Amino acid sequence: MIPAEFDYTAPASLEEAISALRQGGEDAKLLAGGHSLLPLMKLRLAAPSLLVDLRRVPGLAGVARGNGTWRIGALTPHAVLEHTPELGVVSAAAATIADPQVRNRGTIGGSLVHGDPASDLPAVMMACEASVTVQGPSGQRTIPALELFQGYMETALAADEVLTEVRMPVLDGWGFGYEKFNRRSEDWAMVAVSAVVNARDGTCEDVRVGLTNMGSVPLRAPAVEEALRGKQLDAESIAAAAEQAAEGTDPPADLNASAEYKRHLARVLCRRALEKAAGLSS
Amino acid sequence: MTTGGAAEQFIRVAAETTEAAPSPSIHVGQAMRRKEDPRLITGKGSYVEDINLTGQLWAAWVRSPEAHARIVSIDASAARARKGVHAVYTHEDLDIEASLPMIWVPPEIEVKTPHHPVLAKDEVNHVGDPVALVIGDDRYAVIDAVEDIVVEYDPLEVVVDPEKALEEGSPLVHEQLGTNKVCEWSLGGGDLEAGFAEADVVIERRIVNHRMAGAAIEPRGVLAEFRADRLTVWSSTQVPHFLRLFLSILLGVTEDKVRVIAPEVGGGFGSKLQVYAEEIGCAWASMKLGRPIKWIETRTEGFMVTHHGRDQIDTIRVGAKRDGTLTAWHAKIIADLGAYQMLLTPAIPPSSAFVMCGVYKTPAVQTDIVMVMTNKFGTDAIRGAGRPEATHMIEVTMDQVAHELGMDPLELRRKNFIPPFSNGHETPIGVTYDSGNYGGALDKLLEHIDPADVRREAEALRKRGVYRGIGFSTYTEICGNAPSRVIGPKGFGLQGGGWESATVRVHASGAVTLYTGTSPHGQGHETGFAQIVADRLGIDPAQVDVIHGDTATGPFGLDTYGSRSLSVGGEAAARAATKVAGKARQIVAHQLEAAPEDIELHEGRFSVRGSPDKGMTLPEVAGAAYVPDNLPEGMEPGLDEQSFYDPENFVFPFGAHACVVDVDAETGKVSVVRWVAVDDCGPAINPMLIDGQVHGGITHGIGQALYERIHYDESGQLVTGTFVDYALATAAELPSYETDRTETPSPVNSLRVKGVGEAGTIAASPAVVNAVIDALRPLGVDYINMPLTPMRVWEAIHEANGGVRA
Repeated sequence: MIPAEFDYTAPASLEEAISALRQGGEDAKLLAGGHSLLPLMKLRLAAPSLLVDLRRVPGLAGVARGNGTWRIGALTPHAVLEHTPELGVVSAAAATIADPQVRNRGTIGGSLVHGDPASDLPAVMMACEASVTVQGPSGQRTIPALELFQGYMETALAADEVLTEVRMPVLDGWGFGYEKFNRRSEDWAMVAVSAVVNARDGTCEDVRVGLTNMGSVPLRAPAVEEALRGKQLDAESIAAAAEQAAEGTDPPADLNASAEYKRHLARVLCRRALEKAAGLSS
Repeated sequence: MTTGGAAEQFIRVAAETTEAAPSPSIHVGQAMRRKEDPRLITGKGSYVEDINLTGQLWAAWVRSPEAHARIVSIDASAARARKGVHAVYTHEDLDIEASLPMIWVPPEIEVKTPHHPVLAKDEVNHVGDPVALVIGDDRYAVIDAVEDIVVEYDPLEVVVDPEKALEEGSPLVHEQLGTNKVCEWSLGGGDLEAGFAEADVVIERRIVNHRMAGAAIEPRGVLAEFRADRLTVWSSTQVPHFLRLFLSILLGVTEDKVRVIAPEVGGGFGSKLQVYAEEIGCAWASMKLGRPIKWIETRTEGFMVTHHGRDQIDTIRVGAKRDGTLTAWHAKIIADLGAYQMLLTPAIPPSSAFVMCGVYKTPAVQTDIVMVMTNKFGTDAIRGAGRPEATHMIEVTMDQVAHELGMDPLELRRKNFIPPFSNGHETPIGVTYDSGNYGGALDKLLEHIDPADVRREAEALRKRGVYRGIGFSTYTEICGNAPSRVIGPKGFGLQGGGWESATVRVHASGAVTLYTGTSPHGQGHETGFAQIVADRLGIDPAQVDVIHGDTATGPFGLDTYGSRSLSVGGEAAARAATKVAGKARQIVAHQLEAAPEDIELHEGRFSVRGSPDKGMTLPEVAGAAYVPDNLPEGMEPGLDEQSFYDPENFVFPFGAHACVVDVDAETGKVSVVRWVAVDDCGPAINPMLIDGQVHGGITHGIGQALYERIHYDESGQLVTGTFVDYALATAAELPSYETDRTETPSPVNSLRVKGVGEAGTIAASPAVVNAVIDALRPLGVDYINMPLTPMRVWEAIHEANGGVRA
């Protein structure tokens, strides 16, 4: 790896990290697992002047549950999520990220602030209606996942803010499904669909569907959700609702997937994810 | 029948029986673990990147972002002023007159070859074309400096589609050639017209065999040191001897003063069978500056400027009678060579023609090749080099014929197999296959997999929307690149020989070194060759050190490619060892007062027949040879023998592969769920090494069929320039392969062996395509071109359904 020249600091506290970011200006970047940033630096598509490494900042990793909320530290690696099955769809999605090496190093906070619409966790966080806690020079604030992703690799965080924690409502009793489509298991999703369903007596009380890589930001599929909410959950109603999965999306095309094909995949994967979430398939 | 001049020259070779060397097979045939692995898997291997010299400087290249443009100006002033930068060179500075080499000069055939400079002169012709060479203190300094160099380009019209490049009025890649069509070549035999006239059905298919990369784990790298009038170059190459020759020619240093070392080389797959601009440029700069110069390729450069392979548009026509009898094959190949003729670029498509009737009796066969230049990087040999393309055409088309005739694809194959032969079968093309038993390999395959079982499974799976299919490939190929008089200047036209060399040196202590002229890069020669030599000398393979890849040790050699190492280089090693054993017998006979013909190898000793207690071990013989106070009259001291071996024919491995796939009809995703391979490369020297080659080979073939593709967009930009976009199959995508062998001896060499490095790749891709088509026939899909990406398969299903979304 031959990146452009940069300065490096590994502060021992969050305050120092924030202050380093502030002094570093717009060209300063936080380094967590490095699995998004370092490849970009290696290709010289990113050339930050300063890397602020969070590895020495205490208290940023770990998963805890209390008061109906999951609290996930920003530096929690994907592998920990993968091996915490109680996290439901988050765990299922984390298990599909790249390969074991990436899952051991890559972090949930890094993935969310990178804001790549093709990454697994952003849309999942939207489906789970999680929020993130961010710390800046003037204190702490909370950003709902639904408002976090502002544009292609652009988030609502200011340049001198650090995402410290993800908070997510406990979805005990909800069914879930994560359907990721890629050519090879280590690839980014060509399209992925996450679904969580709260059913009572076969009726859909609530449902949320997240779409990965179907636009410049991660998305929800409101038309699917509306079509299913309050309905009897069966193969037919799910299939009908899933037909609207690509409604209003404008997915970016590439060599291996046209926009039309991606919309088709979204519909198929949505149906499969919902069937799983509704317990109709395994 | 029409054939080109070179085709006429492509002489018919009779297979010749060679006497087997009399030695017991103790180690040969054993699945001995690789001697090279302990050092490689514990990080003790030394690759070019691991080697550093005092005073070493680094090189980096300014590369064209344009696919075709005139260079208006180059401003390197900022880079030259940068701290740590020693020099920036452009074409003006380079006093190398000669072109980078291309060595195919077929008799009576014109091959138009543009000048190929180390640094672009006036014009760039593909993305990545080197424009300037930067030398500096370290890798960071030179790569930073590259970004400081401002090159102004005046873009020219770009052509990337070979068919468009052939059209009148197409932009020309090289204006001075006056055309993009740089060579036409034909090879055939038999009466094609009569063949097609006899046919009840004629099937024609347009088969695109797309461009792919070698994608070796270790990128290329060079370290060049010119010191005291001697040039030493370490390079991650398959061909150190070739490189030495061309360094000598291009840089004007005589060969005796040039040493090339290929240290550990982490894979090549043909992509390091080349003499690259970077190798010549770094050596030149070392001579210029008097400092060692090092360059290690980035992966991005690897995809851009390490040669690609395949890239043919094939139109294949086959005639058959109603009963399945094949009457004629006619292949028309448009070969996209890219922007320059590299070492063997135009000689690769003709390799398709040599096996264009596959394993089948066919009275008439014709291959017409048109080679065309485009604004892409050069193509050259990539694993299989021409034969995968031929096999793909033949084997995919066989299934198409079977479907047309309503025949079982295996029945069609069996009906047309050349019957078993052990000592030569001449095809209408003029190539003489050495030995074959194609039905035998297929029989063995069917012991492992029953198509009826797969069909039953397919029925059950279809209810779940999964379409299971089975596809076969029965292949032969031509390898063991050798017979000099066939491939050489007066034959096929390569400006070189095809022999191989070996020296077996028994040291005074009895330790043995084998120097081979082959240059392995992952195959396992150190193990296999040691097994061969050990058996001939009555010692353990662990006692045979195999030295390779250094032009300063051992005799001149011709390196490793074309599955040639074992059948040519291994045979040379066997012959050199046999010479040593012969001398040892004479010494032993003399010392023990017996007749040389009565000395036999028995339990590691050269002993007198009938008196096993009377004998000498190899160390004892070596002692006698190097302390020569009691040698036979007139015998020279020493125990050190050399062999140069030039075979009479190529060798033709063959086999039968079966692939089972599941296709998710909704998404188009193909999963390979089972692979059974029966390969025949003659008697095994080391079955484990064969399995290793077959596994890798199949993976390469599946890779091309489903995943890997080098793709340029219309403006000539490389779209697949990282491992994110260039999708290599990983273990997660592949099933465990089931391998088996049949062993049909080759009459060509005393080991009776054939090559196996490329066989898996040559066999694999059509089996995948046939399996997918077999799976999707119920949905009306008849044919799909590679790579079978999910979208492409989905579109094929979609189209077959008359536009109704599946």
